[in-house]
Amino acid sequence: MSSFNISSSFKEARRVAIFGGTHGNEMSGVTLVNLWVKNGAEIQRKGVETKPFITNPKAVEKCTRYVDTDLNRAFSPENLSAPRGDNQPYEVQRAQEINRIFGPKGSPDAYDVIFDLHNTTSNMGCTLILESSKDQFNLQMMNYIKKAISPSSCLVLLNEHPLLKYSTSRSIAKHPVGLEVGPQPQGVLRSNIFEAMRVILKHALDFIELFNEGMEFPSCTVEVFRVLERIDYPRDANGNIIAMVHPNLQDCDWEPLNPGDPMFQTFDGKTIRFQGSGTVYPTFINEAAYYEKQQAFVTTRRESLVASSIRKV
Amino acid sequence: MEVDEPVCLPRLPRVAVCGGTHGNELSGVYLVRELLKMAKKEEEEEHLSVLMVLSNPRAMLQCRRYVDTDLNRCFTRATLNGPVSDVAPYEIIRSLELNRMLGPKGSPAAVDLVCDLHNTTANMGLCLIAYSDCDWICLHIFKHLQREMPDTPIRFIHFDVSSRESYSLDSVGKHGFAMEIGPQSHGVVRSNVYTAMRVGVQNMLDWVRFFNSGTIFEGGFVEVFSMVKHIDYPRDRETRNITAAIHPQLQDRDFCLLQPGDPLFQTFSGETLPYKGKDPLYPFFINECAYYEKGIALSLARKRRVMIPAIRVQTEQEQEAYVQEFTSEEEE
Repeated sequence: MSSFNISSSFKEARRVAIFGGTHGNEMSGVTLVNLWVKNGAEIQRKGVETKPFITNPKAVEKCTRYVDTDLNRAFSPENLSAPRGDNQPYEVQRAQEINRIFGPKGSPDAYDVIFDLHNTTSNMGCTLILESSKDQFNLQMMNYIKKAISPSSCLVLLNEHPLLKYSTSRSIAKHPVGLEVGPQPQGVLRSNIFEAMRVILKHALDFIELFNEGMEFPSCTVEVFRVLERIDYPRDANGNIIAMVHPNLQDCDWEPLNPGDPMFQTFDGKTIRFQGSGTVYPTFINEAAYYEKQQAFVTTRRESLVASSIRKV
Repeated sequence: MEVDEPVCLPRLPRVAVCGGTHGNELSGVYLVRELLKMAKKEEEEEHLSVLMVLSNPRAMLQCRRYVDTDLNRCFTRATLNGPVSDVAPYEIIRSLELNRMLGPKGSPAAVDLVCDLHNTTANMGLCLIAYSDCDWICLHIFKHLQREMPDTPIRFIHFDVSSRESYSLDSVGKHGFAMEIGPQSHGVVRSNVYTAMRVGVQNMLDWVRFFNSGTIFEGGFVEVFSMVKHIDYPRDRETRNITAAIHPQLQDRDFCLLQPGDPLFQTFSGETLPYKGKDPLYPFFINECAYYEKGIALSLARKRRVMIPAIRVQTEQEQEAYVQEFTSEEEE
């Protein structure tokens, strides 16, 4: 076994943003960001500028996921480079504005870290969403968070899939971090979910402060769940859903789903089984917002990623 | 020992089952769609006509509670009899259509029973919600469901609203109730909740068939939760934004007795706000999403025992005599 210990160094993370209300009915993020806009003492850390920001104010006001189009899919290169104008969908205009303030995406001027706060109706618990398996800074942060909240659990979902990956609001930053906490119905604020998200952010900001002060984080192994594929509901010829997530699968995010296990239940009670070739770990099971995106759940595979040691430059 | 004569009530030849009154309460949407599919294949019944209705199709298409205004508040006599402008909200126009289809409310032509299907984000199990605590049809259906579905928590909630003030779709029929099942997030269908609703509706229709064919249903005591008041969230004086959430010790504890001094809310700075009422009461609709805009964090009820008499359907002779009496009362 090689004893190579590759080390990565990064500049200090000076500019950090916390996005809430990217989906206007995901209430933990909306509430936390509004709180911190009023009084940001809790999120201040030495040497870091932490900016709380409501990304989709119109959707928040209407308590709806989006007004014209999903903001969290709107940060594509096409949208960001399109000419500005009132004829653009509201969320495309917002994406361009957010890119101006916190980006430009891909440039040295972009914010160092963006935390994007989300809720899900799925029973996912606390989940951190990683967009690149090569982001050593994020891997180390996520490792730190997981250790800090132990024995409570916080899992890491890696979405690097070339087709299923999407242009998120946080993707503007050099180090994008998604926070997804559930289960919580859209439009509802549950105390326990709210507190859980708050605690994760606290540890995330602590990590950044420690990193900026010069702490070295040794190489570590991080368990992640890598997105494999999206599974839709069974539908009829007209596109109507004809079955529901099976009671045996409902709420079983992150638990193994084996070939032959019940997956869907038709409205008249028949079981449809999982036909995959091997065991997968499903998540985002029965997320309300994904009915229109043709997704009943996603399958993932467990992987161990090695993060190199990191320290600031 | 003397046995009381059962109360004789008119037959129930027409029952309406309504789903999608709120377009994002999906168990009812999918159940009525499924029943409509099945109805095409089944033969017509002799003694019972079941109307399946998708109440708010536009809201269903958008998977929203409503388009312009809450449909389930549009069935007051004032709204149904009032003038309608060209620019009336969609749901007002729809309420008039539904009133023509299932009513008119208060007239002999109205359907005999309306069962309006709903879901809630609150942990309420299966609840029948009605305006009256002495509508023996609704209370006997409740008793029947409890007996036939012993593994499902089933409760009866009584809102004391007079028929003049009644505002919901179920008030259009001669008898009516909402069947409310939770917890289920809006925009989602959970298989266990759907199944409970399917079985609940099935049992309800079976009861109506038994009733129409002459079965005598024994009386007895039932427990009823009578609504007393609502409590709103603490709010910021200027913005009206909420400043606290339902306390974690109260969250999901619908129908567990709330004592004065028990935790009620938790502010965002972690402070516990206690229940300040004088009487212990039963909370329900705890943290129902749709009620934030209505200023309701939870509702509170008193638990009561109600004695319901034995009932059976009227014979044809009794029916004729009843109709004559009804008609002459109207003429007076």
